[in-house]
Amino acid sequence: MKYFMKKLITLIMTLFLVSVAAFLAFQIIPGDVVTSILGTEATPEREEQLREELGLNKPPVERYFSWVADVLRGDLGESYRYSKNMNEMMPVAELIGDKLPVTLWLAAVSLVLIVVIAIPLGVLWARSSSHFLDAVLGVVTQASMAVPSFFLGILVTYLFGILLKLFAPGSYISCQEDFGGFLKYLLFPALSIAIPKIAMTARFLRNSMLTELQSDYVRTAYSKGCTKRRVMYGHVLRNAMMPVVTFLGMIIAEIVAGSIVIEQVFGLPGIGRLLISSISTRDFPVVEILILYITFVVIFVYFLVDILYRVIDPRISEV
Amino acid sequence: MGDGRKKWGAGKWNKYLLAGLLMTGLALLMGLVGLFWTPYSTTAMSAAEKFDAPSLGHLFGTDNFGRDIFSRVMEGMGTTVVISSLVVLFSGSVGILLGALTGYFGGMLDEIVMRVVDAVNGFPSILLTLVIISILGSGKQNVILSLGIVFVPSYIRIVRSEFIRLRDADYIRRARLMGVGRMRILFVHILPNIFSVFWVSVMIGFNNAILAESGMSYLGIGVQPPDASLGKMLSDAQGYLRTASWYSLAPGLSIVWVVLGFALFSEGIRRRNGREQ
Repeated sequence: MKYFMKKLITLIMTLFLVSVAAFLAFQIIPGDVVTSILGTEATPEREEQLREELGLNKPPVERYFSWVADVLRGDLGESYRYSKNMNEMMPVAELIGDKLPVTLWLAAVSLVLIVVIAIPLGVLWARSSSHFLDAVLGVVTQASMAVPSFFLGILVTYLFGILLKLFAPGSYISCQEDFGGFLKYLLFPALSIAIPKIAMTARFLRNSMLTELQSDYVRTAYSKGCTKRRVMYGHVLRNAMMPVVTFLGMIIAEIVAGSIVIEQVFGLPGIGRLLISSISTRDFPVVEILILYITFVVIFVYFLVDILYRVIDPRISEV
Repeated sequence: MGDGRKKWGAGKWNKYLLAGLLMTGLALLMGLVGLFWTPYSTTAMSAAEKFDAPSLGHLFGTDNFGRDIFSRVMEGMGTTVVISSLVVLFSGSVGILLGALTGYFGGMLDEIVMRVVDAVNGFPSILLTLVIISILGSGKQNVILSLGIVFVPSYIRIVRSEFIRLRDADYIRRARLMGVGRMRILFVHILPNIFSVFWVSVMIGFNNAILAESGMSYLGIGVQPPDASLGKMLSDAQGYLRTASWYSLAPGLSIVWVVLGFALFSEGIRRRNGREQ
């Protein structure tokens, strides 16, 4: 419990620092937002008025706290670029609200693929003494590190979309329209995110199992008359899974980051795509919130994994 | 253990080293030549030669404007190689400087630098790159600067741990007793001995720089036209995947080729050094 509190405080501290950094970073940007909205032709009075409306004439510290207070109240500010109608700018919350489910589902499907494929594969790899499997999986692991994620996405599109015609590239189906079709379309982007991670996780699990197989308790289990199957799944796998859980936590963080690129490849309207387009159009309120949000998710996942790790393995609970 | 320079000269060839050297050599040659000369002009359009499949005349075929893809890949590879080298040069030298100082002296500076390094490693590097790019704006210089900054922590770590390992070695103690100056100990006595380790991380860093640069160009926030880039080419080509798959495959496989080459090369060096110990 004490450990939990300590971790929680660190979590809040990190978030605070990240928010300050995100806020400050976008304060030192060269170029004036007001000019970028109104154009260079605007009158000084109009510029002054807009500056007041956006709250840009207050000191930075005050603006930081009012920004944080707004964010905590759920008011994420307004986009500089997207407008709802003629007089109203688009609230960032609404803008993100539409796109968030796409990214979350993409991450979820990727994670399921990784767990469902990598764990049996890792066990198989550790059990088999076949050099053939070693060689094949070794090559796949090496190659998947050399293939950039966006190219992998294009290869998946080519193989599954154009040659095998399993999905129609570019014709995204929204989840309101047809949930089944939505998931089916997500399967392929998710696969592109998952392939390198599957290779990494399987390799990691295999190494972890091979290390465990050297332990004394394995010899003891065999000498008590346990079958190979029982030793593998009952004893070795359980212990070998410990480091894999931490590893999967890091993988989740990478999935979130990886989806930024993959969304672009498959034309998925998620927050990654919004982030990239907001960066290109210098829509800072949106960028700020998205960076904060993604960082929060990543830090929170690390936090959860840390806690989970201690729950699964009571041996390391008290330090 | 011992003299890095000796290690570098000695040792045997292995198949990783050979394959890696051939692959990277070819890619680098192609890229560097591509900066100055290409078989066809990279901008000349030709309506008659639109989407020609790969042939002897156009090794990688032609694109939607009838431009020769091989020439454009050469030019793109050149840009990528130059940018990645500058990124590695920047992050490597900052990394050596900070890693040497923190590793050898420790103390307050070490504390501060390592906290920052931990914080940066705490979340995916792509995010930090995006933040820096969104502040600076896209373009060649900003890509180099942002990737350079993002890659610094990994070098600091490696250099620092090597300096910690060597700072109390016998020959360093002796040098101190003999009254050798601090800077001379750092950069003349210790630095040459960490190169065998540093070299491998330079290779890995170079690969990461290539992947990151082409990724950013693919997303449209990296190198901007008229500068050629493999990532930008790939994103242009993607729309024609159905009709002209070679257009996507050429820049994509070129990236894979050079990255794989460097990976094999660094594996070769690692194995050779490993065998000696």
